[in-house]
Amino acid sequence: MGGREAQMVLLDENGIRCDGRTVNQTRRVEIKAGVLKNADGSAYIEFGDNKILAGVYGPRDVHPKHMSDTDTGILRCRYHMEPFSVTERKNPAPSRREIEISKVIKEALLPAVMLEQFPRTAVDVYIEVLQADGGSRCAALDAAAVALADAGIPMRDLVCACAAGKAADTIILDVNNEEDQAGQADMPMGYMPNLDQITLLQLDGVLSPDEFEKCVQTAKEGCLQVYELQKKALQDRFFPGGAG
Amino acid sequence: MGATHVLDQLKKKRVAELLEAGERIDGRAFDQVRSLKIETGAVPKANGSARVHLGDTDVLCGVKIQPDRPFPDTGDRGVFICTAEMLPLSHPTVETGPPNERVIELARVVDRGIRESHMVDVSQLVIKKDVSVVGVFADNTVIDYDGNLFDACSYAATAAIRTAVSPRWEYGESGPVVVEGESSKVPVSTTPASVTMAKIGRHILVDPNADEWDCMDARITITSDSDGNICALQKGGAGGFTAQEVIECGRTAVRVGRQVRETIERSS
Repeated sequence: MGGREAQMVLLDENGIRCDGRTVNQTRRVEIKAGVLKNADGSAYIEFGDNKILAGVYGPRDVHPKHMSDTDTGILRCRYHMEPFSVTERKNPAPSRREIEISKVIKEALLPAVMLEQFPRTAVDVYIEVLQADGGSRCAALDAAAVALADAGIPMRDLVCACAAGKAADTIILDVNNEEDQAGQADMPMGYMPNLDQITLLQLDGVLSPDEFEKCVQTAKEGCLQVYELQKKALQDRFFPGGAG
Repeated sequence: MGATHVLDQLKKKRVAELLEAGERIDGRAFDQVRSLKIETGAVPKANGSARVHLGDTDVLCGVKIQPDRPFPDTGDRGVFICTAEMLPLSHPTVETGPPNERVIELARVVDRGIRESHMVDVSQLVIKKDVSVVGVFADNTVIDYDGNLFDACSYAATAAIRTAVSPRWEYGESGPVVVEGESSKVPVSTTPASVTMAKIGRHILVDPNADEWDCMDARITITSDSDGNICALQKGGAGGFTAQEVIECGRTAVRVGRQVRETIERSS
């Protein structure tokens, strides 16, 4: 965790943020589905300076066998950062942070995936962060959801994700790296719009109850924007002519 | 698996049936925390310690304070680290060996709640800027399990830190040297209170016990500080919450957190 005292101007007098965005604007988001040959489903996302690949295998046999469940399929998820994805080289072994993020992303996807149709199998989601910026877990979740859909795994909804937070005493959408380091709060959210379910939610930083409420609503708006891009990515993949 | 699996299913059904009738399996109100007992000074060799019984969940936290090197980017601040570990004697499913993802999440959520509340004023823990700082380590160890380790560990760590007494160091010729006869309390600015809630069906329960923990759809842990602000949050479990539920949980966490904070402050 970096310093919290802000040297840079996070929000100028015109309400413009350090990267030129307004408070309610996400960074540039581009999603492409079906980018890997071998994986059953895959997606690539650029979310600001995040560059993340997600690949899905399964439903397939479970190894080790004792992990398999006779009642349902299981979901396994690995969020992994490349050693060169951040400023200082990251040790390639999975860190405690990555293990926790893998777990929360798995739990964010679980309510969406209809694993009960595939007992005794596993669906493996592999997420590789090629370049990391603020909000990589949200971007990773966005890509993972598209990759699962690309793999043709039955889902109740897509899971879309975006963070909201607080910097310069203002609630902002989609916290970038600078705002995460020098800002006051960061709250990543994963959301299933059709079912109105928040499936990932974390917060660090201080918010009053009213700010918290505003932050939840702001993050939800961001999620809905990403949702449209996820659907478009799938549409481009399966109906490239624009039909359907 | 096997027999336990069937029992789990039966218990889950029973918990859900009772909730429909407005009751919890142990008779508590939906927003009621189990009996919380905090015994400080449980391990005198630690700089501070607390044994917490939250219902039948039993956790011990010891605080050790020692000189440490600062992190490269924060040379003007001391180090605060909070961990959690489950002892193999605490539950039949716990195995020895490296921590699994559940325990890693536990430790990180407990650490985050206390860290983000800025309870420990790390700016006062500098011995020599960029060279030597004071490290405060709050290590939780789970002795007996009956659900909701997040809150039990958080309360234990908070109480242990509040009672911790630190030696004073000065930077000598070759490193930090203890100044004899001088000690002080760890600089503390607020009392964080973590409140974990389980969602079962459409019901939200404060401080789930092990039975409730086993059959919940999702959970949320929200930490608030002495000013009634929310400073950390973690959703977990395979289900989800609506935005309205999350906001309501925020209010509950601040309200219930106030009661818990009183207990922590009274006993430490």
